[in-house]
Amino acid sequence: MKYSLYNLVKNSFSYHENWEKAWSSPDLKPEYDVVIVGGGGHGLGTAYYLAKEFGVKNIAVLEKGWIGGGNTGRNTTIIRSNYLWDESAALYNHAVNLWEGLSSELNFNVMFSQRGLFHLAHSVHDMQEITRRGYSNYLNGIDAEILNQDQVAKKIPHINVNGRYPVLGALLQRRAGTARHDAVAWGYARAAENLGVDIIQNCEVKGIDISNGKVVGLQTTKGSVKVDKVGLVPAGHSSVLANMAGFSLPINSVPLQALVSEPVKPILDCVIMSNSVHVYVSQSDKGELVVGAGSDAYNSYSQRGSFDMIEHMMAPLVELFPIFSRLKMLRSWGGIVDVTPDRSPIIGKTPVKDLFINCGWGTGGFKATPGSAHVFAETVFRGEPNDIAAPFSLERHFSGALVDEAAAAAVAH
Amino acid sequence: MFIINCPYCGERDQTEFTCHGEAHIARPDNPSEISDEEWGRYLFFRENPKGIHFERWTHDHGCRRWFNVMRDTVTDQIIKTYKMGEAKPEISNE
Amino acid sequence: MSNQNRTIYGGKVNREKPINFVFNGKSYIGYQGDTLASALLANDVHLIGRSFKYHRARGILTAGSEEPNAIVQLGLGARTEPNIRATEVELYEGLEASSQNCWPSVNFDIGAMNNFLSRIFPAGFYYKTFKWPPSMWLFYEHFIRKAAGLGQSPTAKNPDRYEQKFYYTDITIVGGGISGLLAALGAGRSGCKVLLIDENPELGGYLLDYNFSINEKDGKKWLKKIIEELNGLANVTILKRTTAMGYYDYNYLTALEKVTNHHVEFSSTLPRERYWRIRSKKVILAQGAFERPLVFADNDRPGIMMASAGQKYLSRYGVLPGKSVVLFTNNDHAYLTAFEFVEKGAKVTVVDTRDLLNARISEKCKSLNITVFKSYSVIKTYGDKKVNRIEIQQVDKNQNKLTGEVENIHTDCVLMSGGWNPAVQLFSQSRGKLKYDLKINTFVPDKIIENQKIIGSNNGQFNLQENLNESFEAGIAAANELNFNSVEKVNWTGKEEIEFTHSDIEPYMLGKKKVTKGSKHFIDFQNDVTAADIFLAQREGYISVEHTKRYTTTGMGTDQGKTSNVNALALMSHIHNKPVDEIGHTTFRPPYAPQTIGAIAGRSVDKLFDPERKTSMHEWHVENKAVFEDVGQWKRPYYFPQNKEDIHQAVKRECLAVRNSLGILDASTLGKIDLQGPDTAKFLNMIYTNAWSKLEIGSCRYGLMCNEHGMIFDDGVTSRLGENHYHMTTTTGGAARVMSWLEEFLQTEWLDMKVFCTSVTEQWAVLSISGPNSREFLKDLTNIDLSKENFPFMKFREGEVCGVKARVFRISFTGELSYEVNVPARYGRYVWEKFMEHGKKYNITPYGTETMHVLRAEKGFIIVGQDTDGSVTPSDMNMDWIVSKKKEDFLGKRSFTRSDTVRHDRKKFVGLLVNDKKTILPEGSHIVEKALKQPPMKMLGHVTSSYYSPTLGYPIALAMLKDGFSKMGEQVVVPLMNGKIIEATVTDTIFYDKEGKRNNE
Repeated sequence: MKYSLYNLVKNSFSYHENWEKAWSSPDLKPEYDVVIVGGGGHGLGTAYYLAKEFGVKNIAVLEKGWIGGGNTGRNTTIIRSNYLWDESAALYNHAVNLWEGLSSELNFNVMFSQRGLFHLAHSVHDMQEITRRGYSNYLNGIDAEILNQDQVAKKIPHINVNGRYPVLGALLQRRAGTARHDAVAWGYARAAENLGVDIIQNCEVKGIDISNGKVVGLQTTKGSVKVDKVGLVPAGHSSVLANMAGFSLPINSVPLQALVSEPVKPILDCVIMSNSVHVYVSQSDKGELVVGAGSDAYNSYSQRGSFDMIEHMMAPLVELFPIFSRLKMLRSWGGIVDVTPDRSPIIGKTPVKDLFINCGWGTGGFKATPGSAHVFAETVFRGEPNDIAAPFSLERHFSGALVDEAAAAAVAH
Repeated sequence: MFIINCPYCGERDQTEFTCHGEAHIARPDNPSEISDEEWGRYLFFRENPKGIHFERWTHDHGCRRWFNVMRDTVTDQIIKTYKMGEAKPEISNE
Repeated sequence: MSNQNRTIYGGKVNREKPINFVFNGKSYIGYQGDTLASALLANDVHLIGRSFKYHRARGILTAGSEEPNAIVQLGLGARTEPNIRATEVELYEGLEASSQNCWPSVNFDIGAMNNFLSRIFPAGFYYKTFKWPPSMWLFYEHFIRKAAGLGQSPTAKNPDRYEQKFYYTDITIVGGGISGLLAALGAGRSGCKVLLIDENPELGGYLLDYNFSINEKDGKKWLKKIIEELNGLANVTILKRTTAMGYYDYNYLTALEKVTNHHVEFSSTLPRERYWRIRSKKVILAQGAFERPLVFADNDRPGIMMASAGQKYLSRYGVLPGKSVVLFTNNDHAYLTAFEFVEKGAKVTVVDTRDLLNARISEKCKSLNITVFKSYSVIKTYGDKKVNRIEIQQVDKNQNKLTGEVENIHTDCVLMSGGWNPAVQLFSQSRGKLKYDLKINTFVPDKIIENQKIIGSNNGQFNLQENLNESFEAGIAAANELNFNSVEKVNWTGKEEIEFTHSDIEPYMLGKKKVTKGSKHFIDFQNDVTAADIFLAQREGYISVEHTKRYTTTGMGTDQGKTSNVNALALMSHIHNKPVDEIGHTTFRPPYAPQTIGAIAGRSVDKLFDPERKTSMHEWHVENKAVFEDVGQWKRPYYFPQNKEDIHQAVKRECLAVRNSLGILDASTLGKIDLQGPDTAKFLNMIYTNAWSKLEIGSCRYGLMCNEHGMIFDDGVTSRLGENHYHMTTTTGGAARVMSWLEEFLQTEWLDMKVFCTSVTEQWAVLSISGPNSREFLKDLTNIDLSKENFPFMKFREGEVCGVKARVFRISFTGELSYEVNVPARYGRYVWEKFMEHGKKYNITPYGTETMHVLRAEKGFIIVGQDTDGSVTPSDMNMDWIVSKKKEDFLGKRSFTRSDTVRHDRKKFVGLLVNDKKTILPEGSHIVEKALKQPPMKMLGHVTSSYYSPTLGYPIALAMLKDGFSKMGEQVVVPLMNGKIIEATVTDTIFYDKEGKRNNE
């Protein structure tokens, strides 16, 4: 049944008893053309685009827990595409273009809210960094505005531009914003199932069958399955699955925490990021401030982080917004982020034939969801990455062609 | 928020330490003789196990010494800390 | 009329001490010892606020930190705080509070229309609509956002202060009820260091509100004695009004202490709240339990509250919340409250879901004239802003349905009790595992992970006698396990008239389809999640507990599901006909209760947000009106404006002074590392790209460091002071990173190398004097022979400068004749002032970082981090001259030969001169292949540095340009965001004194 205001009103007369399942729980079939391992936004999206754009008929998505339960449902929902390097800009902007039509495409409101994102600059060096990035964005056709201190103060009520590290300016991307994270997983799942994709939850992959260097099957907690192609999209467990297939990855899995405040009436209507003072914050539709910052430095799969990181989010938040000091932190949580050396993802082929991988999104995967899923679907279908995905191969770690977003923000003098 | 037993100073709070990733990765003796792929593996590829992990920490706000830690990445329990140069402990199967 | 609901006697409020307060603009009087909730109830105010989604009238449900409904906006102006639980606010004189989420008033709230439209707003409705047209979402969202949220954020800076305290202890006990107190006593008598935390202003917990006996005597007196003894133990620290918030790994707890929240006056000396960070060898959890609501239609009206809350308002505060009371229960224990209410003059009717009743209770009810409807359920309630009537109907438990006639009861207060849920939040945060207990039908602790004990009702055990003795013994045992002496065990006989032993979970009244249709059985009060929403989520496939939680938002309010979780899970279990154990539960995350953001930030605010590092000449710079820039934590003079000069005028003057006579720069912030040991030269050979073996004592050499990816990561001059003694300088921002880099290799890779590194950045003040007159100038102030022959360029000498022992390096970052004078930091300002005085005849000019940047750019010297960005090699920077070809190995070398690193079209470091000789290109602007009307345009590189050169009289720029070395003399274009297109010529990077004569003078 189509989701619409009309149907919502119509169903209210029957007390909403007649809505169909958004997705069902089919049994695992013995054989699939393509199995996607990982039921987050990227994995479900991959299955959706494989079915919709490439006509693949027999697809399953295997999720070890519940769909959207990994980083899809644990992030701070920021969406932007103002990356420095051409390769990143192309990938993330592809995603933003898809985000803009996603609610209609999926017939599921993912609440992509383009309320604008400000990257704050706190020093001469920061100003140089945002100017360089802003120009690069501008010339790549990505919207960018470089603002001075007065403009920032005017556009962001209540921000403290005269703190220990004063706000000297900002890079604004108006097309950036936030979306409802759960809705992305649910929307893709529902749309994928409508195209015949089997979404199998509570199904953990325990082994990968390889014959003559080609993937042929998977061992799961719900039995074994024969496959023609496999796409691994297992954020938080990339190395674990790669190890099953006999190769390793340039990845460390580290804890990343985020938190929300109690809900309050609208007070912040844009997204703020500060790399120097080190916090990012936006206000959700529910009214909660959604706050994030850096990850812990140690490897962990526990989905817990240290309290220090929480403290290191709250002090910068109060520094930038002294008015938030009396608000209350309501809930914090942790995720596992797979971090690559250059902070860019790995999308493409693996040493095993017909086994493809999409991982290493670090702290920035959510914003890329539709773009990542779209290019990965094509990669799995054609067996080769397209132009957007190609720079993100595993091979770049041997050639040295890193897409180093981390290096670009280096501080020295 | 671990308590880490620095081999030089004893038990201290995690906030005094920094983690520097996987331990026991020796720098190749002859970098010029190995392939780009081998060099790339040395630079970037890591075990990243779900389970026992050997990793390097420094006691930054203390003795500033580097040492190794054997820790379970699932429970975050530290099993052992030991000095640089000491052999990698065996993983028991208990 | 005031305090009309106050009983004639009873309660612990001080009736001699009236307190004036204001709620929703109206003045009231409460008593000392009241909470805001009890004072409002005493004054017959039941309508406290409006719910999140449907704007339903809401009152007071509980009497503690689990309150979902009675949350208010507290205080005014910069001190206002949203979402404060009225049940926890201790009344103080002049308190002002108001209802939230209502307009224009809580009595007449426009938003309440939502309640009538609620049929089209089930859980998740927004996923199904507002999608068309896509561009309109921001418009719809604007209204959704306005309707959401609860209270208002302050809009002024918080005037209050918060503190943090680090605390180490043997045992931390969370919860100051009877179990916690006795555990503290057991451990305290053993002599170990005990911290007892309780969130209430008074110790005693549950027993403060109920009658009990110890050894057949009144328990209250005994309780008082226990507390007295604890207060007398020096090794026991008691924190009241303190909520344990987070339970992190290795027994690390955080707790928030309300220090002055309940004060009449705001304190200038005390913080408002204190954030405790506690490391504990052992933790004993004794947090007790929360009473569980019952789920029935319209169970949310003001006047409906938990039985235990009614008990507390009556016995603690002397407030009778209603006169014609219905108790709706599924267990024996709640009858205690019925008896108490009768005793204080209320008429009580009991609706009990069970058909068998304990004979003793039956008899007592009879004797107190309490009508008991056995095997009945409340099925609906009425009353606009307060409950005034309920409907009840018989329950057929076997067939799981309601039967018989609907009966009406008029009432002004419904007390409900659905059993008790242990407060397992902290336990669960500590990774403790839970199991479902079929006797009390809730989750109880199962497996403990940390070094911890969990006792009393927190452990799912409700027998007073057992809890007394076992808690005391747990305290002793905990101390014992930490090697403290045993103390004598005590055997108390404790008794409550009726104890909580077991209860069912009650989703059966939902079994009938009818009751889920259109009526609202609230599961989560604050977020307006009804039983129908849980049904809907299951129907639509949101079956995992996490999906149900996220789809319906149950358990996601400010109470974090303390009252709703178990009922939601039980309902899911009912719907799927599966045991609750198989349904599972969501993960509890910190904090236990909402905690103040400012308290977590603590003192790391304003100036203390991050330390400011200052050089020993800093105050002189301040006095001489320097404008500062932040470089890392350092404050560096950016420029020294004179007479209203702007930055350009000042920099021009400063530049020309250096080129023509004499300038002085405070270079103290440069990183300085002292290297000693016989293997230092060998070590430097590995660290730097160039060769160090032949550097003579007394000589300096510039070096470039690469990381193992072959990318430039720092640079600086290192000098050989003695046979095995070197002095390394680094960039200001890179000092710590370099130090750590050196140590990493010495300590982990080359353990046999004998080299010791010491950071000496702050030991030396560095005065860099530069300009053609610098030799003449310095000559008079030092005993060092400055002659060209005896102290040539790139040499180092020791001697005295202005009578102070100094190290002088003849190195130059400006291209002029320069000396870097290093003196012990404590003499920095003294020597600086001497220089300024003596330099007058040369018009000595202090200059800042901007002038330094211009001067070095004129010479084409790179700034790591500005001209490089972590993705460029020495070769990219045209610095092959500093990369040794002979050395077999150094850090980064191997990466130079990778396929991408040898690519010929990499970006290379070049100079740019704009053709109009006027435009200063923005640093960060890009060179494109071809200027088009509008983007996208293919980029070839970017401008890294760009200045007006006062020396040359036109702008100069440095840039990274694809294949730049083969483009010398070519024309390029730089499009600006304002639409202008700037043409420029590619040049080499040295714009001034190409031969380098000047610094060799």
